[in-house]
Amino acid sequence: MGVKILYFAGLRETLGCAEENLDGMPAGVADAASLRTWLCARGEPWDALAPGKSVRIAVNQTLAHPTTQVKDGDEVAFFPPVTGG
Amino acid sequence: MSVSVQLEDFDVGAETSALSAGREDVGAVVNFVGLVRGGEGFIAMTLEHYPAMTAKALEDIVAQACARWELLDVRVIHRVGRLLPGERIVFVGVASGHRGAAFEACEFIMDYLKTRAPFWKKEETCRGAHWVDARDSDEAALERWER
Repeated sequence: MGVKILYFAGLRETLGCAEENLDGMPAGVADAASLRTWLCARGEPWDALAPGKSVRIAVNQTLAHPTTQVKDGDEVAFFPPVTGG
Repeated sequence: MSVSVQLEDFDVGAETSALSAGREDVGAVVNFVGLVRGGEGFIAMTLEHYPAMTAKALEDIVAQACARWELLDVRVIHRVGRLLPGERIVFVGVASGHRGAAFEACEFIMDYLKTRAPFWKKEETCRGAHWVDARDSDEAALERWER
């Protein structure tokens, strides 16, 4: 299964990545905040996800909190604050 | 109650009429239409969205409005893709028995749409393209609904 990760808008362009699949859950990753930290640890350009950067997270197409659980089979999306309307 | 995310334009008159068509309990219909605002050097705007989440987010916002006010019908249309100055971006139409609920619910839906629905605007100008930054005032607009 693994975790499907999507990136949108300016974040997608900064990372040069729209979508990736992780094979299974990385060690120590259990929620949205720890997944963000794990991705950020890849170094540049993934430091766009560093604490303090304005990033929103959705888990299974619903806006998430840092403590929202992430488990095998989930779809997690990272994106900048929205600007529709 | 229905939401649509589409490339095509919409007919404001037809959408407005549909909110009360064939019924006699509607006393008020309030609409909001958002347009692409032009300006010096502005060429176009492209709206990106998160297809799997967008309709769900809009439906959730409409459900929240229906839980707060007695609404008889709600229609939300949001366009995506490349839009030129003067083109319509978004339609929110609310039908209710009395105007108070319709006015408030329409504004509530727009305030939440601007801060919770996964759309992003990229502006093309004569100096290049850039992603539009979220405005703090949009987030602040939610506070009055959360009091």
